[in-house]
Amino acid sequence: MLTRAALAIDAEAVSQRICEHLRATVLGTLRRRGLVLGVSGGVDSAVCTALAARALGPDKVLALFMPERDSSDAALRLGRLVTDRFGVPTLVETLGPALEAIGCYARQVEAIRTVFPAYGDGWKCKVTLPSVVDSDRLSISRLVVQSPSGETHSSRMPAAAYLALVAATNYKQRLRKTTEYYHADRLGYAVVGTPNRLEYDQGFFVKQGDGAADVKPIAHLYKTQVYALAEHLGVPDEVRAQAPTTDTYSLPQTQEEFYFALPFDRMDLCLYGKDHALPAAEVAGAVGLSPEQVERVYRDIDAKRRVAASLHAAPAVLEPVGR
Amino acid sequence: MNLEPSIRAFVEKNFYVADTAALGAETSLLDSGIIDSTGVLEVIAFLEETFGIEVADDEMLPENLDTIGRIARYVAKKRAQAPDGAKPC
Repeated sequence: MLTRAALAIDAEAVSQRICEHLRATVLGTLRRRGLVLGVSGGVDSAVCTALAARALGPDKVLALFMPERDSSDAALRLGRLVTDRFGVPTLVETLGPALEAIGCYARQVEAIRTVFPAYGDGWKCKVTLPSVVDSDRLSISRLVVQSPSGETHSSRMPAAAYLALVAATNYKQRLRKTTEYYHADRLGYAVVGTPNRLEYDQGFFVKQGDGAADVKPIAHLYKTQVYALAEHLGVPDEVRAQAPTTDTYSLPQTQEEFYFALPFDRMDLCLYGKDHALPAAEVAGAVGLSPEQVERVYRDIDAKRRVAASLHAAPAVLEPVGR
Repeated sequence: MNLEPSIRAFVEKNFYVADTAALGAETSLLDSGIIDSTGVLEVIAFLEETFGIEVADDEMLPENLDTIGRIARYVAKKRAQAPDGAKPC
């Protein structure tokens, strides 16, 4: 039977291995002098900050805070806890005006109004998925809006409106990455991508947005293992205590209601079980689900991997060129 | 009325089907990668507009929507249940 012990790591050994890889990659392969990363206030970017500072020295790391109109109030404060803890230089790049100018917010509103015509100033929104654990329902997103008076409504979206909302929202991740590369180019640094294994494997990123980076030091680690590293490296308690969020839409949103089937600790075990070809019955006890429910999670993992394949794909060329 | 031809035509026109001859009535559209979750939204819009049915959230199940045959049977059932008959396609 699978137990949580399967995800246990020697945090110090893992940290050393990642730091050696970072040094070899940044200084050797990429021929860069340091690392830039966006710090969100979440545990993934906190661990990457700690590892970057340990690998190259804090003075060779630049942490960017990139608030915009829909960012949570806590993000900047938690991010500063991280950078203060590891002594990393910081810059604040306020992205709201640029996102406004490029039409991110207006295009979001335009897409939402095809479903909720009254949506406008003072309203908030998020996109949610049904639980794959509770039923066989297909993973069709629903739009949830909240009026200024606090009333909540939800509706399925037409495909065109859904795609338009996602496309407009993706400006955020892409502008963050553009800003990271501006500073990386300016300083001769490389850019860190901060996905954990769940996010990397399941395609929980925007292509050419947060999916773009020169090095992704924790992409092989389950989120449970990222938390173990966070504790070992001294990431502040308050950051480690936060539930993972998307911090993308204006309404608060957990990652499991937006993308993943389960909270991260149980999702980790299902992904581990799937990757090690464990029968659903062997995983069920560890995650508190029935074997049938684990089978649904396995199918959802496969479905997301099919989508992730195109997100991971490099630009297609007809035949090999150079190199 | 056989609904499969019009559903098949919609799928083949709107999604990439590498080998149309191999697309059987019971081929999984999801597992074969022909449609994804956004594609399901497009299929639902097609069914609602073309056959005059309303697909409820709790009916968005693989057993209703994952193959051309299942879609056809689901639509036929919905139309049979409609009080005054859903509009013809």
